[in-house]
Amino acid sequence: KSSRVLGYYGLTAPPYKLDALEPYMSKRTLELHWGGYHHDYVESLNKQLKNSSLYGYTLEELIKITYNNGNPLPEFNNAAEVWNHDFFWESMQPDGDKLPWGGLLQQIEKDFGSFSNFKDEFMQSAMGLFGSGWVWLILKREEKRLAVVRTSNAVCPLVFDDIPLIALDMWEHAYYLDYKDDRRRYVSNFMNHLVSWHSATLRIARAEAFVNLGEPKIPVA
Amino acid sequence: VNVRCYFQLIPPPYPLSSLEPYMSQETVERHWGRHHREHLNSLNTHIAGSELNEMPLEEIVLASYNKGDCLPVFIHAAQTWNHDFFWQSMKPGGGGRPSGILLQLIERDFGSFELFLKEFKTAALTQFGSGWVWLTYKSNRLDVGNAVNPCPSAEDNKLVVAKTPNAINPLVWDYSPLLAIDVWEHAYYLDYENQRAEYISVFMDKLVSWDFVSSRLAMAFARDEERARKDASSSEEDDLVLADSAAREMFLDSDDDDSETE
Repeated sequence: KSSRVLGYYGLTAPPYKLDALEPYMSKRTLELHWGGYHHDYVESLNKQLKNSSLYGYTLEELIKITYNNGNPLPEFNNAAEVWNHDFFWESMQPDGDKLPWGGLLQQIEKDFGSFSNFKDEFMQSAMGLFGSGWVWLILKREEKRLAVVRTSNAVCPLVFDDIPLIALDMWEHAYYLDYKDDRRRYVSNFMNHLVSWHSATLRIARAEAFVNLGEPKIPVA
Repeated sequence: VNVRCYFQLIPPPYPLSSLEPYMSQETVERHWGRHHREHLNSLNTHIAGSELNEMPLEEIVLASYNKGDCLPVFIHAAQTWNHDFFWQSMKPGGGGRPSGILLQLIERDFGSFELFLKEFKTAALTQFGSGWVWLTYKSNRLDVGNAVNPCPSAEDNKLVVAKTPNAINPLVWDYSPLLAIDVWEHAYYLDYENQRAEYISVFMDKLVSWDFVSSRLAMAFARDEERARKDASSSEEDDLVLADSAAREMFLDSDDDDSETE
């Protein structure tokens, strides 16, 4: 009798080597965070789905379905944490850009007043998060503007139908080996050395297919 | 500026290095000297000049819990209380088995000490996100003001394992906490990294202070007795109030009835 391996969702690797974020995020942290936590979330999710009727969804759909209007099903934590971590790895890059580019900088200046105001707000939001969770730069679909929000534990802005652009993991396992209780230094190194404005720019460009951020451009015949 | 220190940082009842090798000095120094201290400092800042500053810590926890609609000071008050309780839940050379009435109740309510261990460890392993896991003594009071437990029995007062997220603790449900394990990642990450299961096992096998748990159980019994006494005297007062509004004879009658049944 042959055994069958059921893998509904796979573990995606960060788009850089695990030591590439040194010295701001150590190889050991990445090994545990990606190879331990993220890996375990994928495994647990696949195990749960083995005996479940939730089949054939994309991960984003699965997150929205299992969020169940705020009464999460048992699969929600694992599904959302898999997605959040994927999104987090892709929110960073070695030698992250100093400034956003494309239309993103203008949009940040429009919605926060200035880039430095945005950075202050992001820092404050991160420092004000109590317990495990995430801080996000999102595009609010309805209001058509950027905002900084924080979420608890596994919750991600997809469940509110907003479009995330940047994620910062504020679970203690994300920074404790490298920064111990010095969260402020962790967040500021993330903002100044790790954040990938490249990813964020591509993400907002895709989002503009759904959210009109400017005056409509009517081609002249 | 006149700064008054309302609460002081209470050190663990043992040297910071004495839980080695199961909990490193560095972990205890950071956990007590930084995390715990910051909550205490924030607590003092919040209560300065507020009506909370005259209350004992437990009352601040309950008042600021505000029936689930927490005031900002709640997390600091509760985390200060939780950490004090956590340090006392451990001792150098701890672990082993409980004894006496505590062991009897554990066997009554969980089946055996081993089954209790299993339930406690599972709870500690599965608490998702930051939080705490507790052994508590559950009282049978219904905290709804105008109702009483229709069929009270001694069995209602039992030991239960409870998980709480972030800063919440079982005081807010009117339970009596007996033992706490901190499962915030800062409690074990330097020593155990992502091996939470090992941290929990070592905590139960080598660190837990069953003397402390027993002493808290005795306090819980004492609280029950005190409350029973208060309930009895307040129901006598109720009778008096009822009787006052009725005829004088009825007051005498009901008074006589009470003394006969007792």
